Amino acid sequence: MARNKRAIPEINAGSMADIAFLLLIFYLVTTTMDTDKGINRKLPPIDDELVQDPPPIKERNIFTVLVNSNDQLLVEEEYLEISELRAKAMEFIDNNGDGSCEYCQGYGVGTSSDNPDKAVISLQNDRGTSYGMYVKVQNELVAAYEDLRERYAEEEYGRSYRGMDPEEDKEIIKEIKNAYQQKISEAEPLNIGG
Amino acid sequence: MAVIKKKKDKALPAVNTSALPDIVFMLLFFFMVATVMREVDLKVSVNKPQATEIQKLERKSLVTYIYAGSPRQKYQDKFGKTPRIQLNDAFASIDDLQPFVIQEREAKAEEDRPMMTMSIKADKSVKMGLISDIKLELRKAQAYKINYSSLQPKNAEALYSSDN
Repeated sequence: MARNKRAIPEINAGSMADIAFLLLIFYLVTTTMDTDKGINRKLPPIDDELVQDPPPIKERNIFTVLVNSNDQLLVEEEYLEISELRAKAMEFIDNNGDGSCEYCQGYGVGTSSDNPDKAVISLQNDRGTSYGMYVKVQNELVAAYEDLRERYAEEEYGRSYRGMDPEEDKEIIKEIKNAYQQKISEAEPLNIGG
Repeated sequence: MAVIKKKKDKALPAVNTSALPDIVFMLLFFFMVATVMREVDLKVSVNKPQATEIQKLERKSLVTYIYAGSPRQKYQDKFGKTPRIQLNDAFASIDDLQPFVIQEREAKAEEDRPMMTMSIKADKSVKMGLISDIKLELRKAQAYKINYSSLQPKNAEALYSSDN
């Protein structure tokens, strides 16, 4: 008992709460909760040599999407609403004109793409197009591919593509991505209706 | 014993606050973990576009931001309303972009450099002319990985309405 008396007195922790509050308020003020999300894209490198002799692509394998300065869409020389773009793009990618794609469910129309591997989406916008519209179009085109991959994953693996783990299902994801490879090419913007 | 009991009932006992620091610390740790330091003071107003096919930007340290939009109200006297680019804390011109990207790349660890992502945070009303210029400069600076910063819409239908 005598020893106890000599021991160091307990540190007064009454102001600990104040210190903690101070820190808490600091973090509350400096914090930003916004999660950074967006559409990932890759830009093409500037390569002068490649441009000189581009490989010929058949007209029917190109899906042209034009956006003018009034944010209107012209898809395959046809006026289209943004809400119809995804279905139209999917139809094009999935067309399977030469019958070489076994998992495709397209109609095999002669005027549309040969197979998903050859299908290229060409996007061109005006310098006056709004960025919001541009992102919307990009979103729809990416969504078209994602929807096709989703369908493919359901049929081949009986699983949802979007629900897959990027680490665990690395190989499967790679295979699915390969089945429907994203081929979106962007042309230099026009400057008509600036 | 009866006397003591009576006394106790009369005086309102003080609320025990000894668990308060624990609660505050819990909150503190939550914010410390969830926090992202506000790096820049936004000088342009950015109303991000909406998109559904969005991916999370994984490593914050590898991301460099480029802001584009009209200057905010308080800067409009000086800089007007024409959409501009903001890099770090200052307005910048398109010519500043390439040195900026190179400088940012130099600041990163060598093994991380190929993974550097440029996040374009632009207002949805900005014209594509400016964005195309940014993209061209990024290509010149060999920064090919980009991300169009967007928000998840509350419902998918909202995407197709004309007002956003």
